[in-house]
Amino acid sequence: MENLLALVIGVLYAAGIYMMLRRSLVKLIIGLALLSNAANLLIFTSGGLVPARPPLVAPGRTLPSAPFADPLPQALILTAIVISFGVMAFALALFYRAAEEAGADDLDRLTGTDT
Amino acid sequence: MSALIFAPLLIPFGCAVASLLARRNVRLQRRLSVAGTGALLAASVGLMAAVLQRGVLCAQAGAWPAPYGITFVADILSAVMVLLTGLMGFATAVYSMASMDEARERFGYYPLLHMLLGGVNGAFLTGDLFNLYVWFEVMLIASFVLLALGGERAQMEGAIKYVTLNLTASALFLAGVGILYGIAGTLNMADLSLKLRDTGHSGLVTCVAMLFLTAFGVKAALFPVFSWLPASYHTPPVAVSAIFAGLLTKVGVYALIRVFTLIFTQDIPYTHTIILWAAGLTMVTGVLGAFAQSEFRRILSFHIISQIGYMVMGLGLYTPLALAGSLFYITHHIVVKTNLFLVSGVAHRLRGSYDLKKLGGLYASAPLVAGLFLVPAMSLAGMPPLSGFFAKLLLTKAGLEAGQWAIVGVALAVGMMTLMSMTKIWAEAFWKAAPGGAAGPPPGRRELFCLLAPVILLAAVTLAIGLGAGPVLEVASRSAQQLMDNSAYVSAVLGEAGR
Repeated sequence: MENLLALVIGVLYAAGIYMMLRRSLVKLIIGLALLSNAANLLIFTSGGLVPARPPLVAPGRTLPSAPFADPLPQALILTAIVISFGVMAFALALFYRAAEEAGADDLDRLTGTDT
Repeated sequence: MSALIFAPLLIPFGCAVASLLARRNVRLQRRLSVAGTGALLAASVGLMAAVLQRGVLCAQAGAWPAPYGITFVADILSAVMVLLTGLMGFATAVYSMASMDEARERFGYYPLLHMLLGGVNGAFLTGDLFNLYVWFEVMLIASFVLLALGGERAQMEGAIKYVTLNLTASALFLAGVGILYGIAGTLNMADLSLKLRDTGHSGLVTCVAMLFLTAFGVKAALFPVFSWLPASYHTPPVAVSAIFAGLLTKVGVYALIRVFTLIFTQDIPYTHTIILWAAGLTMVTGVLGAFAQSEFRRILSFHIISQIGYMVMGLGLYTPLALAGSLFYITHHIVVKTNLFLVSGVAHRLRGSYDLKKLGGLYASAPLVAGLFLVPAMSLAGMPPLSGFFAKLLLTKAGLEAGQWAIVGVALAVGMMTLMSMTKIWAEAFWKAAPGGAAGPPPGRRELFCLLAPVILLAAVTLAIGLGAGPVLEVASRSAQQLMDNSAYVSAVLGEAGR
């Protein structure tokens, strides 16, 4: 399972970076989304995978019986997903406005502030 | 005690909510922003005094004990940064009253400004790596909107580059956090410091350290990942530029200093040598970039980059004196750089342009502004007895003691080139005769007061840091000792277990 997830993460990073290197604004934002999802999966995997052992406390006990899945990485990912959701929404609006102003979604034509 | 730590977070967020509620009443929002940032400044002075008197302070959010809950910590470094945030926020709020256009004020400029200050303070005070990520995002989102607010074409173009590079850096930061959690099973910085101390030369830890260096390097505008800064900082209104220039990159520098003194100290010869190289290259590229520019704010933007090099140089040298030099430099730089941007705004108000070719004659027509420019400009270049001289002196001395001749040579040469660059602005904007062209109507008395009062305040602070260098150095040295020997930080957070 770890190997499969590692492969998926690698592919997501590669695809995300490839998309970000294209000239189109739309592809750039898809690349950003892929990148943040790759990071979320990375947290999930490196937190340790324990299948089918939810961290539930049985009645009459104070601790879940080991081994159990660590719930913290999932809480971290949930926070990160919410944040990246908000940021993506903003970025989409911004990129749309920029494409409208420039009349194109070509990054090479948005160089007015570079030199 | 915890009220002292939480006040710098609660005041800006309270003000942001209050300004949103008063969104129809711009005058009320203005008053609220000055009162709120004033209160923030007072609260941060209180925090600073308490930290100096009682050592490292610590508060647990929701009263969950240390490695499990989210910890907020104020050591001298954090307290100084919070104090500077309060001061810059106050200066910018006063300046905004005269310089911000009403359309932007109506569309939420003041709530965003408070949100930005709250995010910055959170990043300075948190003791938890994931929480640091969250504060970074709070700060970034506020800064994204501030940068794009107004919707001019240049702003859009600058914002695209700023948003893309900062989001990429955040993704790298998040990946680093994830791997670190996998290694150590904790994200509390003090706890991480303890847990990673025993791992020795672990390749994986060094690899994560490099991820963090890249992520914070983007946010601090280190070589070679600085290009978002000069592409965006000159596009928004000058008050926004000024607060960005003063605070945002310094949050990146703060995060670098924090993690590379507290957490990643396993392989210092390797990691800190890379940091030193990055510092040297940052100084040189920044100052060379500034030579090619002839726009007031773009020159200043490139100088931010070169100055970041100095701050990181102290971290790369990693001696108590060098770190003290870094802290002195950060303190001096935040005040001076914000002030230079504010002065560029005054010049723009008087002559209607940021282009050095169209500016001119300000020494004859506004000698007070010219004098107020000279104080931060000469301080930036490192002329005695201003604050920049002592900052550079400390770093030079530390570099010589560590036997790093090359970086000292680079630092001194870049200081000289900074002086040339500042003289260029002086000659072009202030000294040469005014070229023809329409200047705006002269500002009224109230407007003039709001524009000049913050500039005078910050110039006075620059002078005070320069003339009172002794006490400032003493605080910086105490802070450097806290950073080098992080046992005080760790035991303040973890109690007896952290010894």
